[in-house]
Amino acid sequence: MGFFVEVLISGLMAGVLYSLVALGFVLIFKASGVFNFAQGAMVLFAALTFVRLLDILKDTFAPITLALIITIAMMIMLAMAIERLVLRPLVNQPGISLFMATLGVAYFLDGFGQTLWGSDIYTLDIGIPRGSIFILESVFEGGVLVAKEDLVATVIAGILVVTLAIFFQRTRIGRALRAVADDHQAAQSIGIPLNYIWVIVWSVAGLVALVAGVIWGSKLGVQFSLSLIALKALPVLILGGFESVLGAIIGGLIIGSGEKLAEIYLGPYVGGGIEYWFAYMLALGFLMFRPQGLFGEVHIDRV
Amino acid sequence: MFYREAGQFKTSYKADQAMFPIFQDKIFVAIWLFIGFVVVPMLANEYMFRAIFIPVIIMALAAIGLNLLVGYCGQVSLGSGAFMAVGAYAAYNFMIRVPELNPLICFLLGGLSATAVGVIFGIPSLRIKGFYLAVATLALQFFTDWTFSRIDWFTNYTPSGSIAVRPVEMLGVVFDSPMKKYFLCLVFLVIFTIIGTNIVRGRIGRAWMATRDMDVAAEIIGIRPVFAKLSAFAVSSFFIGVAGALWAFVHLGSWEPLAFDINLSFSILFMVIIGGLGSIVGGMLGAAFITLLPLFLNQLPVWLGINISTAMISHLEFMIFGALIIFFLAVEPLGLARIWQITKEKLRLWPFPH
Repeated sequence: MGFFVEVLISGLMAGVLYSLVALGFVLIFKASGVFNFAQGAMVLFAALTFVRLLDILKDTFAPITLALIITIAMMIMLAMAIERLVLRPLVNQPGISLFMATLGVAYFLDGFGQTLWGSDIYTLDIGIPRGSIFILESVFEGGVLVAKEDLVATVIAGILVVTLAIFFQRTRIGRALRAVADDHQAAQSIGIPLNYIWVIVWSVAGLVALVAGVIWGSKLGVQFSLSLIALKALPVLILGGFESVLGAIIGGLIIGSGEKLAEIYLGPYVGGGIEYWFAYMLALGFLMFRPQGLFGEVHIDRV
Repeated sequence: MFYREAGQFKTSYKADQAMFPIFQDKIFVAIWLFIGFVVVPMLANEYMFRAIFIPVIIMALAAIGLNLLVGYCGQVSLGSGAFMAVGAYAAYNFMIRVPELNPLICFLLGGLSATAVGVIFGIPSLRIKGFYLAVATLALQFFTDWTFSRIDWFTNYTPSGSIAVRPVEMLGVVFDSPMKKYFLCLVFLVIFTIIGTNIVRGRIGRAWMATRDMDVAAEIIGIRPVFAKLSAFAVSSFFIGVAGALWAFVHLGSWEPLAFDINLSFSILFMVIIGGLGSIVGGMLGAAFITLLPLFLNQLPVWLGINISTAMISHLEFMIFGALIIFFLAVEPLGLARIWQITKEKLRLWPFPH
């Protein structure tokens, strides 16, 4: 039983990390209806920028803060560039064209980040504690082994989600964002500038990408494979629903724990490595019963 | 004045329903067939066959197949690499396990296996729509990647997991030289293009297009969505499966599961979008564009005499590729096929002003 809980907890924590990436997708899809495949590339780009700046600035008085500020500035500039060069020319195009355009952005960012910052593997250390601790020793014999960095990551992810929720519910910009998400035309007609909203939402997605990139980067090292995390976040996304922040979190937890449990308990019977597709099959199974995901909006088609 | 239908009267239904009712179209197709079957083999060298013509033709076949699904039936699929893999591995297994079978039949059986998989994975499309479906098709992609790399039976227990095949022999001809391979692929492409063109202008194609434009409305006017969607998946995956068998046996010769990974799926989707959704010609143009662009970008620094490292070239290639995709989508969202259509419309009047 202790082992089961251990696997479950490590799965849940991996799931939180998937949710972090999925959150970026959800934010952009809600506000602009764009299925942003470049989110993974943004994670890589943010992490690369951050880790290299950290290296350049290591002799200054506050390298982490400075690197963070500059990286955030770069992500905002990136958001502006995407709005100006990609979204604006493609206004009113079908969703699939926009999706393809974000694939183009993903290719561009992958190339650009590595041209600018090099393509080696960088280790990222911003003082997240390492090693493992035992918890719940009173409940299970021998306790449950948990990695410290996973705990920290979970806490950071939690803070991020709460901040985003407050930002969306309580601030003026947040209300404008939700209005745009509900209805583009109605929002525009009451004077909400769409372009400005898009810049903001892509910037927020950039920040989420930065957080995800830093956490994943300190776990795995900053390298090209970070951009493939997007593929891990997609099943989370369809399971939770494209339009729901809550869905991204719950979907992440379901996918993360399901994937780890399946790998441990089912994997040995079929030759292992089923992590690669299990999440997708799980999400596909869920979708057969709820085609819009757990918390997605139900679209009613009228003829 | 060079391209117009004025004065070309149809006196029978047969003439009216011909594949190319306009005389100029017939000439045009004849010219392209002439170029494909006569001019290219005379002029091209071995490298050009191997690096340019054979991949472009096979990819064109795959892109036409995917276009039937995405462009005509409106079901976005990111799993075309998986269908190619199924086609290739099924053809391989038929070939080694039933040696009496002609490779031609093995290729078609490979296509049929892809069809079977396509129909099974098409079933979710009855419930799931739009991007949810697109992501769901990735399930197939990852599942086939895993299946062909982990289950040794499919690779006939080769220790490395990669497969090497001898040149195929069909109808008494061994296809070993690049030129013979080129002819083989070209014949496949021509036959499948004729089939594809006729499907999309017939009853099935119209059912697909109605489903694409609005599935609820299509259902109300009496088109069965189960039939329309599943038939689109079936036909499309048959095309892609045959293309996969050709890609593996004729183009690659030896391959491993990574040859059919998600990047291949994305490039085929790029071909369809850049070429033009809902256009057979678009599939071919897109395939040519997407296959040739990396070759061109790779050679560009050499031509310009700039000396940069290979790693840098590949990063820059990524950048330029991405930027060009965005540029193309912004300038002509309807794809290369639209440019071709505009040209034809212009040619109706040109060189006269009205």
